Amino acid sequence: MGRMPDGARYFALIDQLAVGLQPVRPLASPWRRTVVWCGAVVWVAGMFALFADFGALGHRLAAAPDMWASFAGALLTSVCAAGAAFTTSVPGRSAWWALLPVPPLLLWLGASTAGCLRVQGIGWTAPEPPMHAMACIYVIVMVAVPLASLLMWQIMRACPLRPALTATLAGLASAGAAAVVLTLIHPFDATYTDLLAHLAAVLVVVFGVSMAGARAMRQGRD
Amino acid sequence: MSGAVAQPWSGVAWAGVVRADGGVQTRKMTEDAGFSALMAASQGGDARAYQALLRACVPVASATIRRQGVASDRVDDVVQEVLLTIHRARVTYDPARPFLPWLRAIAQRRAVDALRSYGRTSAREVADEDAYLNHPAAASGADEELGRSDQARLLAAAIATLPPGQREAVELLALRERSLEEAAGVTGRTKGALKVNLHRAIQALRERMSDGPDA
Repeated sequence: MGRMPDGARYFALIDQLAVGLQPVRPLASPWRRTVVWCGAVVWVAGMFALFADFGALGHRLAAAPDMWASFAGALLTSVCAAGAAFTTSVPGRSAWWALLPVPPLLLWLGASTAGCLRVQGIGWTAPEPPMHAMACIYVIVMVAVPLASLLMWQIMRACPLRPALTATLAGLASAGAAAVVLTLIHPFDATYTDLLAHLAAVLVVVFGVSMAGARAMRQGRD
Repeated sequence: MSGAVAQPWSGVAWAGVVRADGGVQTRKMTEDAGFSALMAASQGGDARAYQALLRACVPVASATIRRQGVASDRVDDVVQEVLLTIHRARVTYDPARPFLPWLRAIAQRRAVDALRSYGRTSAREVADEDAYLNHPAAASGADEELGRSDQARLLAAAIATLPPGQREAVELLALRERSLEEAAGVTGRTKGALKVNLHRAIQALRERMSDGPDA
């Protein structure tokens, strides 16, 4: 038999919590919520697709397999990171889920680097102008912010016990989705300036969402 | 069957189903299924099942928190944090999955948070023996009035340092004595959130005031 705790304190709190208890509907499964978020990504991508040159996109993707791999890596990273973010926000689910987006992330980074090296090997491409690189950063951040906001709102309906981990995954998911959307309007081989600009934008998104999201989740407890 | 009650203080969790005739049929809640059933009923809005569940959770949470290495004199505080987290996180429980891993994850995490918070406080604050020895004795007689006004000032200052949500709950529910419905209407928060905020605020104020000069 254990030590008698301060029962009066518990009883008072328990009674307070039980008074006027409202029915709640259990949240949908993490993967079902991931599908909902992916629906929002598809909607945003659809908006950008109105301005896409699918002919050029098709030619580029057909000519450069590493672009396909990079595109698929970004897409899978986004989906896996979102799924992992939703899963780790539910108490009792293993933190190992956070490793789920690592393989596609490696594919994304590897294929992007391979594409950059291929372009450098050709030797005739000029470095991208700084303004063009800035435009890429701008698009990635501007697309990622609303997607990250939606994702954080969905996640905060659960109870993330590891706010920093979950928010970082949410940032990665948003950055991956923004990179996918960018490919629709920017189907070019990656020069090193291009690659650095994309990397910087992705890091800005991941870091920003991680900091802001973790803070929002901690404040949400109050 | 109209609800459930529990007797959690005996070292193992007990739960009982309240029969239609008012009698209570108790059974040991050693199986996960008992917890899951109570939580499913709680999610449906059954307040008595919820009380039974929370009471049954106390010994499990307590044991988990102790295993994490939380000092005995802080276990009660962490258990309360766990109860508040259960309340906030009850939408995340999937009745098709076992309950105890869900509960233990919450208890473990809150224990880790408490240990970190204690570590940070210990690193920032040092014991000042001189200040303790030079501390004035409690006021008496005519000074009592002054002491009370000091205490009111300290309380106001302590309330001002609370996070916005907690301060709002104290001001509306405790100081202005508004009902939960009214406060929820004013703030746009749910009644549950207001209750949680008020409880946290009272706990924080109690801790801050007990460190004050008249403690």
